[in-house]
Amino acid sequence: MELFWYIALITMLTIYVILDGYDFGAGIIYLFFAKKEKDKKAIMNAIGPFWDANEVWLVAGGGVLFFTFPKLYAAAFSGFYLPLIMILWLIILRAIGIELRAQIDNKLWHIIWDKTFGVASLLLALFFGIALGNIVRGVNLGGVVDGVSAYEPHYFFLPLWNPSFSPHAETLGVIDWFTLLLGLIGVISLTIHGAGWIIFKTNSDLNARLKRLIFRLNIVLLVLSLFSLLVWGSIVPNPFGNFINHPLLFIFPLLTAVGIAGLFKIQGFKKDWNGFLFSTLFLIGGLVSTVVAIFPKFLPSTNKINPSLTLHNTSAGHYGLSVGMSWFIFGIILVIGYLIFQYRVFSGKLDDIGYSEKH
Amino acid sequence: MEDMLFYDRLQFAFTISFHYLFPVLTMGLSLIIVYFKWKYLRTKEEKYNKIAKFWMRIFGVNFAIGVVTGIPMEFQFGTNWAKFSEMTGGVIGQTLAMEGVLSFFLESSFIGIFLFGEKLVGQKVHFLSAILVFLGTWLSGLFIMATNAWMQHPVGFTTLENGNFVLSGFSELFTNPWLVPAYLHNQTAAVVTASFVVTAVGAFYLLNKQHQEYGKIFVKTGVIFGLISSVIVAFPTGDWNAKNVVKYQPITFAAMEGVFETQSTDGEIVLIGQPNMKTMSLDNKLAVPGVLSFLTYRNFDTEIKGLNEYPKKDWPTNVPGLYYAYHIMVGLGTLFIGLFFIAIILLWRKKLYQTKWVLWSLLILSPFSYVTNITGWYVAELGRQPWLVYGLLPTSAGGSPTVSSGNTLFTLLGFVGLYFLLGLLFLILVGKIIFKGPETQK
Repeated sequence: MELFWYIALITMLTIYVILDGYDFGAGIIYLFFAKKEKDKKAIMNAIGPFWDANEVWLVAGGGVLFFTFPKLYAAAFSGFYLPLIMILWLIILRAIGIELRAQIDNKLWHIIWDKTFGVASLLLALFFGIALGNIVRGVNLGGVVDGVSAYEPHYFFLPLWNPSFSPHAETLGVIDWFTLLLGLIGVISLTIHGAGWIIFKTNSDLNARLKRLIFRLNIVLLVLSLFSLLVWGSIVPNPFGNFINHPLLFIFPLLTAVGIAGLFKIQGFKKDWNGFLFSTLFLIGGLVSTVVAIFPKFLPSTNKINPSLTLHNTSAGHYGLSVGMSWFIFGIILVIGYLIFQYRVFSGKLDDIGYSEKH
Repeated sequence: MEDMLFYDRLQFAFTISFHYLFPVLTMGLSLIIVYFKWKYLRTKEEKYNKIAKFWMRIFGVNFAIGVVTGIPMEFQFGTNWAKFSEMTGGVIGQTLAMEGVLSFFLESSFIGIFLFGEKLVGQKVHFLSAILVFLGTWLSGLFIMATNAWMQHPVGFTTLENGNFVLSGFSELFTNPWLVPAYLHNQTAAVVTASFVVTAVGAFYLLNKQHQEYGKIFVKTGVIFGLISSVIVAFPTGDWNAKNVVKYQPITFAAMEGVFETQSTDGEIVLIGQPNMKTMSLDNKLAVPGVLSFLTYRNFDTEIKGLNEYPKKDWPTNVPGLYYAYHIMVGLGTLFIGLFFIAIILLWRKKLYQTKWVLWSLLILSPFSYVTNITGWYVAELGRQPWLVYGLLPTSAGGSPTVSSGNTLFTLLGFVGLYFLLGLLFLILVGKIIFKGPETQK
């Protein structure tokens, strides 16, 4: 039962990253590469009809986490208080940027919201990578100092950083060199992903440039990914144990590799959706491999006194979880239906759909 | 710890009050948009389609701000009320997750299709997407009300040894006697607000002598929806809610009505007066004997229990605040019924569009329909104090054990700044759409 919800949550998270990821990435491309009004409009049109439905996956995932693993939800959300609230502010600013830009046709007005949208997208990609880093690295559950817990064993509080920026420091911070590394991987991979989406959904003049960009960024992504693999062992004890015990799980690291390998061929692709496909494979593989590596833990404990938070010690009551399954499965089938319908209605190139010209 | 609780409550109160200004319009307006779109399909008159799209555009801006200010609400359960979330997540996490999965996807997928897909999907599917958006917003309301109903009157749960609550009866969450009256009251109140907004824009057009053809349709539609909904808000749904409060939260009832001393016969209804917490009485009281007994028990003589019957520690923590919230809600609500009634009479006698004082009143009173919704929620939330979950979990025990008050004040200030900006932008944008009028809708 817990396993069902664990898989459901990871799936929802992955879908969220793939979907909202492409509009974050599009925002980053927008910030650095879209100079002409025509290109800007093309990018806005390519994400316009989708972005808020994409964000719903975050909201729904948060709701499901609250309901299935309330103890984890309570501990993690209060422990990561500041970064989470800042993510909320960024999400709000970014949404204002998208929605308001087109409402007034004035150059200064456009500049403000262009930058807001772009910078917020960039920071969100960075923050989500950092968040993943924090989950893998773990936190000082119970706030243990000198062998004594300051709080109940599952609560903690993390400052934004500590002076040493080290994942091995006595007092951990949200940002250290390891989490920052995952943050950078997040930014690079989502930029590629967003570029892939733009190529897929528009006939923009940018597309040829974006293909070259994807190729170059892919080299950086490969280097960073290999580097993270190298330091993995110093962060996660027994880093490959789960994979060795369940060899089927090797499919996920394999997907990551296929994704990167495929992206190197971007220049030669015949179909415009191919780039997006391979970046999607990379994201699925990277995300799931990272999370599965620490299974059954959700949030490892960095001290010896308090146990890690796992899917077994944080779940809600058995009855609630089992009745939840019926409406959840029903709901997800409907959601898939809406998604198919929505993406069919807005299939093909969206350059002229008019989302960016609603004034 | 005192400070901490204060900032947590202030942040939640501020963010939820601001957030609710948006869903209250989307829930009501989605119904009126469905009506206009239906009217277009039936009459084939292009103006109704333009009207539907005009309101959908305002709806779109409103919806976007509702979504982005709604995400912080869900997060704040965990960030600021961790202990509450941990203890109740097994029960109300269920309804909140249902909202996410069953209604948010519905709304967000079909609003995109409604706003940008008319030419792609054709008229019938376009109408259907309006209905689905309406359905999504009302379902969303249902799950939120089911969550709140559980906090007001917990049912269908068992308490574990560690004090946490887990669900034991799923269907009880939806058959909760608190839920149906509260839901209907809330939804019809949202329709009142939307009616006021539609009417006010129409009245503005008529008084300003622009877009007059549309102005007349807006005023006519608005006052009809307005009269029906504002009556239902008071009776039967408001009355029904009050009876629930008497039954399940009698202390709250005494506080909101301003009854300090038990009245053994002829329970009087207070119209005006200021609660004085030193003398435990109302200053400058204006009251009508017997009416409260009648409204509550359908009998002019029945005893009404006062706050003096209960230990002070069980009283709502802010008696004057609760009393004012309730009286503002009821006072304005009564005024709305009166005004819409006059408007309907004039409409029937074909004089409404020329009667300036009524158009002005409709225009000026429209923001107050938001006030009634917000104060209504204050009645529910202040009335529930000192509990988070009535009778089970005190508010003081629900906060996050590891978050300091300095951090909460920091984020509160951030929200205040950000929301000020949001509010300003919203007014500018919607103002712009209104000035431009429905005629130019493509």
